[in-house]
Amino acid sequence: MITLTIDGKELTIEDGKTLLDAARENGIDIPTICFHEATTANALCRICVVEVEGQRALQPACIVKAATSMKVQTRSEKVIRARRTILEMLASTLDLSESLEIQNMMHDYGASSSRFPDAERRESDVKDDNPMYVRDYSKCLLCWRCVQVCADDAQYTFAINFTGRGFETQIGTFFDKAIPETSCVLCGQCVGVCPTGALKPKREFLLEQGMSPNEISVLNTGRKRRK
Amino acid sequence: MINPDRITTTTCPYCGVGCTLQLHVKDDFIFKVTSPFDSPVNHGNLCVKGRFGYDFIYHPKRTLTPLVRRYLLEGKPKPEGREQVFAVSTDGSSISNSLISNLWDWVETDWDTALNITADKLTEIYKRDGSDAMAVYCCAKATNEDNYLLQKMYRALFRTNNVDHCTRLCHAGSVVALQLAVGSSAMSNTASQVIQNDVFIVTGSNTSENHPIIALQMKDAVQKYGAKMIVIDPRRIDLVNMAEMWLPLKPGTNVPVFSAMAHVIVKEELINWEFVKSRTEGFDDFVESLEKFTPEYAEEISGVPAEDIRKAARLYATAKNGAIYWGMGISQLSHGTASAMALIHLAFLAGHIGREGTGLNPLRGQNNVQGASDMGAMPFHYPGYMRVDNPDNRAKWEKTWNIEAGGLSLKLGLTTTEILSHAHEGGVRALYIMGENPMMSEPNLNVTRHHMEQLEFIVSQDIFINESGAYADVFLPATPFAEKDGTFSNTDRRVQRVRAAQPPRGDSRPDWQIICDLALRLESKLSVATAKWTYANPEEILREMGSVNSDYAGITYDRIDKVGLIYPVPDLNHPGTPTLFKESFPRGRGKFHQLDYVPVREEADDEYPFILTTGRLLEHWHGGTMTRNSALNEAYPEARVEIHPADAEIHGIRNGDPVKIQSRRGEVFVRATVTEKTSVGVVFLPWHFHEAAANLLTNDALDPQALIPEFKACAVQVFPARQSDLANPDVVVQRGRY
Repeated sequence: MITLTIDGKELTIEDGKTLLDAARENGIDIPTICFHEATTANALCRICVVEVEGQRALQPACIVKAATSMKVQTRSEKVIRARRTILEMLASTLDLSESLEIQNMMHDYGASSSRFPDAERRESDVKDDNPMYVRDYSKCLLCWRCVQVCADDAQYTFAINFTGRGFETQIGTFFDKAIPETSCVLCGQCVGVCPTGALKPKREFLLEQGMSPNEISVLNTGRKRRK
Repeated sequence: MINPDRITTTTCPYCGVGCTLQLHVKDDFIFKVTSPFDSPVNHGNLCVKGRFGYDFIYHPKRTLTPLVRRYLLEGKPKPEGREQVFAVSTDGSSISNSLISNLWDWVETDWDTALNITADKLTEIYKRDGSDAMAVYCCAKATNEDNYLLQKMYRALFRTNNVDHCTRLCHAGSVVALQLAVGSSAMSNTASQVIQNDVFIVTGSNTSENHPIIALQMKDAVQKYGAKMIVIDPRRIDLVNMAEMWLPLKPGTNVPVFSAMAHVIVKEELINWEFVKSRTEGFDDFVESLEKFTPEYAEEISGVPAEDIRKAARLYATAKNGAIYWGMGISQLSHGTASAMALIHLAFLAGHIGREGTGLNPLRGQNNVQGASDMGAMPFHYPGYMRVDNPDNRAKWEKTWNIEAGGLSLKLGLTTTEILSHAHEGGVRALYIMGENPMMSEPNLNVTRHHMEQLEFIVSQDIFINESGAYADVFLPATPFAEKDGTFSNTDRRVQRVRAAQPPRGDSRPDWQIICDLALRLESKLSVATAKWTYANPEEILREMGSVNSDYAGITYDRIDKVGLIYPVPDLNHPGTPTLFKESFPRGRGKFHQLDYVPVREEADDEYPFILTTGRLLEHWHGGTMTRNSALNEAYPEARVEIHPADAEIHGIRNGDPVKIQSRRGEVFVRATVTEKTSVGVVFLPWHFHEAAANLLTNDALDPQALIPEFKACAVQVFPARQSDLANPDVVVQRGRY
């Protein structure tokens, strides 16, 4: 067992747990975006950063292991500022209209979506290349969950990964092939873990586009349109 | 983003894994399916069918109104023969072309008319020809409650045990072998124990496509828990990529390969003596019968190198926890029972049964094939596997169903395949089909068609007019899983809730309500006392069944509201039984049987040089009633035959070329996929596609004990064909997956 202090509260938890585990098990809220209970934590989004006494940089709570005598601040001024900036950068480049949790965080942290008015937005067309789901990477914040469940966090299919570098980084298929031509088995584990609505069942998408259930239901009866 | 009106938690209607689904509904339209990450079976993971394959519910071809043939509606005599008709007359006008008598038209009607006609015809045939003329196919897709009621209707009202369902076509060989050897036929351990295996054998199961979520757990076991997987299968299936060993045996050579492994375990003294001595019987005779099964003998027959057989046997026998998972490749043979028995012997010899992380695990195909079997939808058993020829069992059900003493039949009923082969004058005259599709799922369909034509009266209770329903006289529109309440029992005996997400569409009704309504009408026409057909809800049906079947005695809807219970659950406080046979087997000691190698009934020869093996695809389900009417069909719209590159070259066949596959019984036209996934001399064809039905080719040879047909091996020839020979030349599947 390990004893540490979070926000002035002395806590005891099992070995091997992260700071996020320690906080949540003790009712202390640390926000997360890329973290998901069913996927490996990678500290990509950095919204879960906390201040650890003696560490120069803020530490991502989702991967940093709790250690004896650690003193952790989850809502110090430095932490709040970092989280607010992360949210403002996300909002200035992405379509967060379906990310209700992030919208709530922006409200909580007083983040302004217009802090970086000149930022280039990450816009791309909706990819509708298979019968089961659509991909709208304008909404993608690169949390990596979809890649991980497609790989060894669940499906062992390895159909998708990061493509491009820096600002151009996106989730894509190898050689940019259409989904049906890849190793994708259309299981939709990726859709199941997407936090922003970037991945979405085709039928939900069509309903949003204003099609009626009846119109959607006759769509797949015209088998012969595939060539 | 669509905000759902409600989210209904239910159980997936496809395979036996039993994943938890959350149906997101807006305006009575399911637009999304999710799964909770704490779901006990699937941990939030789903496959393409579970997550996306529910749209058949809204398909315009779904039948939402009761239908009867015009001859019945107009009170005319049944015209000669029997016509397969899919089109429906919605306004009573004639729809048939000049080739077909319009007396065969399907005409929409109301429930009273359809059920009264059904009751009249069934009563007439029963009164005239007796119990043996009546037969019913229950349904492994329907709920426990639906199946219990339908077998009750036939047993209580028509006094016949001619009750069976598609279990006969999938795991009958495994069921019989397990009943003989241990006295119980379900999976001994749960699928979630896969990660506790140190070594496990997967054989005759393309788990990644047919039980996708169990395959994920197998992959986890290998990748994250250090287990070693041995794949024994004629095809280079996806799991081979992660296997320690792959033993590519010729189809139908299971008995020599498994017996040679047993031979090695015996000869190299890897036997778990403690287990063999304390838990089994018949060992000495068995060992004697093993003498000839040397690895070299097995190599000669199966093509698997003797050294690999030795290595696999050592791996499995010396593991701390070894387990076996198997599928149709074991049971769907004319020696399916012997195949499964040979596997059971391995578990006995190594003592890999009765502990967690071990076991004999036949992966059950349908969502509720375990449950339908538990409910007595079988010709030899009442619910709870109580033999029908035992007067004590009979007395229990007579009491429950309010039947006079000695009223129920002691005579064993006909099996699925026998019901149709007995369809002639003096045999079966009326067949009631709930949800099944024999015109796709029976072997040698040209003969099946002939049998269907011989029947005097057919009732189809289904959601679509499928290939079999198109032969029926009356069509009763039932509801799919999302429009009814009840329970399914999955492959590892977990009884889980099924919940309605929306009201029945159109005039369709849940199966249990249709059966109760019809049974009451039958009772009044037969002038018999009521066996009880009024239930306020499906739970009352399950409780009635559980009052006699002790496996389900402790199951209430309340107890399985959040997570299911794994039966046996003998009382209301019992926590369920994930691992069977810890202390003993239901029959006492496990029994070794002496086996012999019997080749498949039809071997390759000069005229038909290939062995055809049939199977399933990830995107489709069995006869296709659901998945061919879904976006899943867009994902995989055509049948493809897999042929090895060496064979393809000899026959001048390139990838994608149209070919004709011909057996002694029929022929189909499909495109070829040239791939090393199949072995030299073996071609593979999925059986979901009516336009190229694999079962036109298959052999209707039966296993003598289980009466399961030999779907996994028959002899065929492959010829190049033209694009124009294909049923839909412009439909081309585009898939890059395994």
